[in-house]
Amino acid sequence: MIFHSRHWMFATVVIGIAAVAALTGCKKKAGDPFPASGTVAGWEKTGDTRTFDAKNLYQYIDGDAEQYISAGVVTTSTADYKYQGQLEAVVDVHTMSGPDGARKILETGQTKDAKTVQLGDAGIAYAQSVAFRKGPYLVRIVAYESAPDTPQALLALAHGVEAKL
Amino acid sequence: MKSRRDFLKTAATGALVLGSSATADKLGLAAALDQQAAAKSKVVVARDPALHGPTGRLDEKRVLALLDRAIAHYTGRDNPVEAWKRIVPVDKVIGLKTNGLGGKGISSHAVLVMAIAERLQQAGVKPGNIIVWDRNARDLEACGLTISTDPSRVRCYGSDVSGFEEAAVACGAGVGVYLSNILTRQCDMVIGVPILKDHSGAGVTFAMKNMYGVLSRPQDLHSGGCNPGVADLNAVPVIREKVRFTIGDAMTSVYDGGPGFHPERLWQPNALIVGEDRVAIDHTAWQMIERKRAEVGMPTLEAVGRPPRYIATAADANHKLGVNSPERINLVEI
Repeated sequence: MIFHSRHWMFATVVIGIAAVAALTGCKKKAGDPFPASGTVAGWEKTGDTRTFDAKNLYQYIDGDAEQYISAGVVTTSTADYKYQGQLEAVVDVHTMSGPDGARKILETGQTKDAKTVQLGDAGIAYAQSVAFRKGPYLVRIVAYESAPDTPQALLALAHGVEAKL
Repeated sequence: MKSRRDFLKTAATGALVLGSSATADKLGLAAALDQQAAAKSKVVVARDPALHGPTGRLDEKRVLALLDRAIAHYTGRDNPVEAWKRIVPVDKVIGLKTNGLGGKGISSHAVLVMAIAERLQQAGVKPGNIIVWDRNARDLEACGLTISTDPSRVRCYGSDVSGFEEAAVACGAGVGVYLSNILTRQCDMVIGVPILKDHSGAGVTFAMKNMYGVLSRPQDLHSGGCNPGVADLNAVPVIREKVRFTIGDAMTSVYDGGPGFHPERLWQPNALIVGEDRVAIDHTAWQMIERKRAEVGMPTLEAVGRPPRYIATAADANHKLGVNSPERINLVEI
């Protein structure tokens, strides 16, 4: 009887560990998604990464927080960048509870003049911004000014972020 | 030029504002509110199509000239110094409440803030008695401003420095809010310097919604499209009494996707919207956004389920913050 109980206990522990591994270890977990200065040509990270959870997301995006919360945002991280010492941009990485939330936000914000780009699971670009989703992540990169090389520069930075997700 | 009496007649809420120490005290607040309700509210929309230079940056001289034009038409005084003396008590501490939440691309512009500060000083306000403020340093820096607490200069800092009141004040039914000490303890009068934006929840954010930046927890008032939150907040006595003038920054705006920065929906109305009645100003600003949305083929805010209902609430009999019907707004477009 004791022998059988130990077998059952052992089996339960093994199954538990396997379940945890399946839920966490099998997913590629993103570390810091923000490329360090110089890792994407011309781009320098100019500020610390700030991270907000659903409860304090209002501090960062005010009323916009509602749509992210309803779509299942878990955290939002943001950092400022500069391209070739001049063009300022901000990178926002929203970690949603699942891909559906990322899809919802990306599709809601899309306008007719969006250009489709090959990034993650789906991506769009405008003259001064790029957005894409990859699994539960929604990334938005916005430049504060427009220059002829802005679209290509933003796309390069977006690829740099995508590679780290 | 107009007499002071004429000015008070045409700038209806001036009865509360300019004469807050005179008219309101003499008549009592309720009587003054009734007087306000019976009159038209003046709103000046001043435009300069060449406000943004060839590089897309704001032309400082033109911004100052536009400000002067707006204030002159509002007060009926061509001399900026004389005009400003009619708007502010020059021996008091004047706050300029900006809005930098949208980040660098869509925040109140420093060039406008500094133009106002310059005219205030010329009117006799001591530099250290001018406080440019918002939620925190980041928001102020997003406007292009530099933090300073030096009392010999124009001061510029956020509620992150000043802190908030420890006691909550009632804001509508069952809601308590904590207000910035800058509003409650440091400023005698506040001029709102909001930036015109579409807002994903409230529909429009401008004069009244700018007051969310005085709260420690603005999220508590966002339900229901910020209705009645915006109206309730603006009816809090210290806000009603101190926030007496608005110089709305509609030089750059977003007509959709706000309140964050969406460059693909950016637009340059090249305008200032000036007045005392925040309800009338917000109604005017809302119509401006609707016209732009129609121009680019977008549905109305009503059609997308987010009309700024708080504007009508602010005008209702419970709030009496101003007027929202066009026939009661004396709109001056220059």
